[in-house]
Parts: sequence; C-alpha cells; structure tokens
Amino acid sequence: MTGAGILKGMAVTARNFVGSYFEKERLTTVQYPEERAPLPENYRNFPFLVFDGDEAQAGLRCVACQICEKECPPQCIYIVKSKDKKPDYMGKPQFYPATFDIDISVCMSCQICVEVCPFDAIKMDKVYELSRRERFDALLMDKHELAKSNSYYHGIHPTEATEVDTRLAEAAAKKKPAPPATAAPPAVAAAAKAATSAPAAEAVVSGTLPAKPTPPAT
Amino acid sequence: MSARLEGELLEVSMGPQHPSTHGVFRMNVALDGEIVVKLKPVFGYLHRNHEQIGERTSYLGTMPYTDRLDYFNSMSNNWGYALAVEKLAGVEVPERAQYLRVILAELSRLQNHASLLGFLLSDMGAWGTPLMYAFREREKVLDLFESLAGSRMMCDYMRFGGCRVDADAAWMERAKKIVYDFPRFLDEFEELILENEIVIARTQHVGRVSAELAISAGITGPMLRASGVNYDLRKVDGYGFYPRFKFRIPLGEHGDTYDRLMMRVLEMRESIDILKQAFEAITPGPITNPKVKVRGFRPPAGECYGRIEGPKGELGFYLISDGTGTPYRYHVRAPSFINLTILEDMCLGHTVADVMVILGSIDIVMGEVDR
Repeated sequence: MTGAGILKGMAVTARNFVGSYFEKERLTTVQYPEERAPLPENYRNFPFLVFDGDEAQAGLRCVACQICEKECPPQCIYIVKSKDKKPDYMGKPQFYPATFDIDISVCMSCQICVEVCPFDAIKMDKVYELSRRERFDALLMDKHELAKSNSYYHGIHPTEATEVDTRLAEAAAKKKPAPPATAAPPAVAAAAKAATSAPAAEAVVSGTLPAKPTPPAT
Repeated sequence: MSARLEGELLEVSMGPQHPSTHGVFRMNVALDGEIVVKLKPVFGYLHRNHEQIGERTSYLGTMPYTDRLDYFNSMSNNWGYALAVEKLAGVEVPERAQYLRVILAELSRLQNHASLLGFLLSDMGAWGTPLMYAFREREKVLDLFESLAGSRMMCDYMRFGGCRVDADAAWMERAKKIVYDFPRFLDEFEELILENEIVIARTQHVGRVSAELAISAGITGPMLRASGVNYDLRKVDGYGFYPRFKFRIPLGEHGDTYDRLMMRVLEMRESIDILKQAFEAITPGPITNPKVKVRGFRPPAGECYGRIEGPKGELGFYLISDGTGTPYRYHVRAPSFINLTILEDMCLGHTVADVMVILGSIDIVMGEVDR
C-alpha cells in the first residue's frame, strides 16, 4: 500500500515525541546558558602556566627553556628569556620568562606544549566563554593572565595534578644532594612521563584535594 | 519568447554558501530545463595548506592538524597518520593501544555514518527531524571522545607507538552501554526511512555508478562497495588488529544512492559487531611504546605510504623522510576528494534536485577535500 512506509515513519516520530516526556534518553538537550553539562576531567582547551606558592610570578615553574615555543604547531607561544636568574619555588636560581605570551586566538588546543614540557609548567585549562569584543590584543594572554596556582590545577584535573606532584616530589628527593643546575633534567622527566601512569594513579588520594599547593621542598 | 529560449542552457552556480553542499563547495551546473547536462565542481574555498604545514612542523606537530582534515573522524585520521609514521620509523604498538585504536575508529565510523544518514535525509527535504535523531546518537559518541581525549571533535588522541591517555574501566562501561544500545537507534532509523516511499523514489536508480567506473575512477569506501566491489582495507591490508575480528563486508548491487544509503546502515551493524568483540578482547597493559621520544622524533630516511579504511574510504598518508625532524614531502590521499571526482558522471541526466541527494550520498567533508 502506498503511504504505509510514510505512516510507519510518522509512528516513529510520534514515539519520539511522546517518549521525550518520559524518557531522559530521548530528550538530551541541555538549555545552555541556564544549565551546563559538566565538563569531563580530561577536558582541555587552552594552556596556562602553573605556579607554586602564593606569589604568582615568583612561583612560576616555567624556566623559559622555550621548548614549547619551538614545538607549538601553530606557533602561538612567544617567550623572551630573562637576562638574570632568580630563585624558583625550590630555591634554585633559574631563568624565568621575561615575556610569556600565548595568542589564544591562534592556539588550537592540541596540548603538545603540555606533553613536551619537561618541568610540568604548562597545563591545559578548562575555561570557555572567552569571547572578547576586541579583535587582536584581548586574546593575547601575557604571563600575568596565564599564571594560575597549583591548587587551581588540582581543582580542574585532580588525578593528573596529583600524579605531577608525586613525580616532582620524587625528582626533588632524588636531586637533593646534586648541584642545583636544573630542577629536573629533561631525560628524567620524560622517562617518568613515558613510564606507565598506573603506579602513580594508585597513589592518588581519591577525591581529597590538598587545600594548599604542595611544593616538593620549600 | 518561448521559441527564443528553446535549446538554451541555463548556467547555475550552486554554492559555496548553499546549505546542502556540506561546507564551502561550489558546482557550476548547466541546466537544460531541470536536467543537468554539465557539471563542474569548484574546489579550494577551504584550502589551508595542510600538506605544506606538514612539511614545516615536526612529525608530532602534524598530528593535531590531521584532526582538521575530516573533522567528523579525527580518530581515524590520527590512526592513518600514526600508521604511516610508525611504518616509516618501524615502531611497534602495544596490544592495548591497538585495541583502543580499533574501538575508537569504529566508534567514529558509527557516528560518521549516523550523521551522514541524517544529512542525506535533510538534503532530501526531511529537514531537521532525522538529522536530530542522528545527532542525538552522535552526541553520545562525542561525549565519550571528550571524556577520553579531552575534545569532542579535535581529539588529537593517537601518538606514534600508542595512544595518549588510557581509558579507565568506567569509560569502557559507558562505551559498552552506548554500543549495546546503538542497534535500538538503528532499528528505529531504518523504520523511519527505509520503507518511506519518498525516500525510495528519490534515491533508487538515482546517481548510479557502475563497478567499472568506480574502479577506474579510484573510488573507495562505502561508495565503491555500494557498486558491488568487494574491497575493504580492513580485510585487504589487515592493518592494526582487524584480522583478529570477525566481521562481514556488506556489498551493494546497483550502485545507486539507495545502495549507498543502505551501505552505511549495514556497515554500522558490522561496526557494532567489531566493537563488541573488541570490548571482550581488550586487556590491561601499556598503551605507549617507551622507545618513542616525544621531542625530537626523527625517523630514518625513506618513504612510506600508510593507509586505513576511513569511514569515507581509503585514507592514505604518504611521507618522505630525509632523516630530519620534519618530513621532506607529505601528501594526503583524501577519500572524499577522490570520490567527488565522478560527481558529473553521476549527475548527468538527473534533475537539479537530485544533484543534492547524490552529493550527499558521496559523504564529503570539505576540510578533507580542500585540505
């Protein structure tokens, strides 16, 4: 019979329409500005710089090694290395970024900067709704806007942040007697990164965020 | 007046901002009344120098750019590129990573085919409803991608010699539930469209491609199989862990738009079979190859061609390495670009309204066509 197929299809739409009042699965729309879907822990969008301690610029983990600047595929990072050294959060004299700019409008959120960073200094943020009225400078983040505390990092990526803290503490304990040339040589950090994350994940105290950032040695 | 117009052709420029051209694609169509007598595709509105960028950045740096080729299937694109580089550098991939790759590639095939069906129906004039049903399912898969890789569409998940993050047990449970529930959507969708007289009238005997034409034009993927040619790289190459899975290759008979539509439905059913087997077979273990360095990755000099069966066809990456950190030459064989080349042969003699349906059944993504 001609039209039977169309009627069958209409039955499906009717089932969906009526079903949307009773089944959560058939009505999945989130009314965005009023309600928001929770972000998964692994969500990433733009990089930020992690600092330890209370003072943002003094506690930056970044030592201006410029690896991320070199590796960034769309070349959105701009770093100027400092002339002098100043003590980092572990008390060792280190270079620091005199300028650290990320052009958020160029960044494509690939997180390669996070993967290549040997100092765990740059991590992915979860902020969105970043639209600005100005076109150019408003989305060019400097190091003051980029610096965010370790406890903030713990807040957005708890599992990953605890792993990083454990790794840093281990590296610091190992490096203690050695001359303080670099906080963690790239090879050590890379090896720690390459090793499976399973043992570190077990060490995670689930759900409890440290209220204060836990710098390995202060 | 009518005598003067008789025999004259009307040239229409369709696109690039036409909603049914799936992006910025333009066709110059010559019409005799309503019938297409000539059709010339115009590409290049979304050209982004993908290959040139690939020759400038490091091997790893190209990985996130491959997400942007066929932005529906960033997972498959990642796999194709990783496969090519792994071949070039001779890198082994651990077992769990291989299973994860199969799972993610098949999940992305599911959501690609589901949304294609929705788009195709919306090209036919079923505006909205089927597309929303399809997107509801696609959304679930994208949520899975987001919670694993951190991004819904630009996953950037695979790395040379493995994957970036491991999937935990909770993720696996969620994925299992979605895959086991998927047939319910498929049944409903088939009921919605496949017996529909309008769909049948619009698709059957429209845009036929013979097996000879498909082979000589280099067509791959579901479009080739709709013409009855049994060619699937998952079987032919047996890359990854696909030889370990039992699945069938659905084949069409007529090569018309209806067969291409059905091909997607049947392939989704096979994908679900593969996924179920993969969930059973996956075991805990490492997901990265510790020999592969993140920084300063330099494969030895040489060339290679890595290809996978993407949801749209054979997706190939050709690389020439001169031993430095960037490839000397990088080329992408984009399936939807090559499938698009016989658009004129498919459209000749059909009405201008059928052009949209035929174009929709090719399954193009402009990010891949223009690169």
